[in-house]
Amino acid sequence: MIIKILGVGCSKCEKLEKNVKKAVEELGIDATVEKVEDLKEIVSYGVMTSPALVIDGKVVFAGKVPSTKEIKKLF
Amino acid sequence: MLVVFNWINDQMLKMKWLFELVEKLVENVFGLSMESKIGGSVHFFIYDTIKIFILLSVLIFLISYIQSYFPPERTKKILGRIRGIKGNIIGALLGTITPFCSCSSIPIFIGFTSAGLPIGVTFSFLISSPMVDLASLMLLMSFFGGKIAIAYVVVGVVLAVIGGAIIQKLNMEKYIEDYVWSVESAELELDELTRKDRVDFSRNQVRDIIGRVWPYILIGVGIGATIHNWIPQSIIEKILGENNPFSVLIATLVGVPVYADIFGTIPIAEALIAKGVGIGTVLSFMMAVTTLSLPSMIMLSKVIKPKLLATFVAIVTIGIMIIGYGFNAFSYIFL
Repeated sequence: MIIKILGVGCSKCEKLEKNVKKAVEELGIDATVEKVEDLKEIVSYGVMTSPALVIDGKVVFAGKVPSTKEIKKLF
Repeated sequence: MLVVFNWINDQMLKMKWLFELVEKLVENVFGLSMESKIGGSVHFFIYDTIKIFILLSVLIFLISYIQSYFPPERTKKILGRIRGIKGNIIGALLGTITPFCSCSSIPIFIGFTSAGLPIGVTFSFLISSPMVDLASLMLLMSFFGGKIAIAYVVVGVVLAVIGGAIIQKLNMEKYIEDYVWSVESAELELDELTRKDRVDFSRNQVRDIIGRVWPYILIGVGIGATIHNWIPQSIIEKILGENNPFSVLIATLVGVPVYADIFGTIPIAEALIAKGVGIGTVLSFMMAVTTLSLPSMIMLSKVIKPKLLATFVAIVTIGIMIIGYGFNAFSYIFL
């Protein structure tokens, strides 16, 4: 599973990255978590509000930072 | 009916109860006279700070709930179907209800442009978005009354429509950085939110926005308290009073480079009005501070070339000055 966090270096993006990594760890799933900071790539997903989460090429949400618990339900 | 309305206005929006409570605190607990400079500024500072934070929390919550129906992704889709001046009008109106922080202006600009929206529509949105929103309407109503609040919103939207239309007419597409066009922007289908999602979103917005703007509010209230009680009326009137033909010019040029949002500028505006500064001059100052700033210009320069940036700044600045002089000329309607 490839998980991407879209966002340009804001504090919310870092928080989302932390929550996602924790969720992946706690569930023990095999996934790579990457951060995407290139605006062109971010907009190419149709996202205009950061941070956003992309799982296997699909945008799951944009413009919010859910808790680790909520993120776990997305996998 | 009128009695009820007045009561709501006085107690809920103007918070007379809080004014009197802080008055008691200043006089009885601190032992300061309300007539003294120190007592007056302490009262201004405490009362305005508490009032703004209460209003802000309630308003941001309510407005975020409405805004959760209009994320920029949906705004883009709505605007994609409209052409001509109607696009500018809808763009400016959507700017007032789309959740917006200056940090997302670049992704929004690239998203709108690469989706094929006319450049003028995007600029109408970018002008109205920071300048006018529902929270500022309520806040202006609380501090200055309904007429001024509605006038601010109406002229703000009109400026956004006309400014966008002019940029459109000038055919400035070639001054957008080339890479913006090469972005392929996808249509994003976001899931419909549940009521709980919207409540969560609204609560987070309150926390985020207050977390971000509180220093500006304290600075604004501090400047307001200083103007209110320490700077002699004669000096303010000389610089910004109606007898100085350059008052609006000065207020606008001071406001342009400064970054703050409307919540921080309201206490300054309040103090200036109390010192006899014209309503148009004060509106120009608020519009200049909220709409243009050095940080936002630096960000925009990443997506548009200097010529378009300069045109945008010039159109908005001139528009704000026209609004200021216009309001000063017709101020008898509002006061």
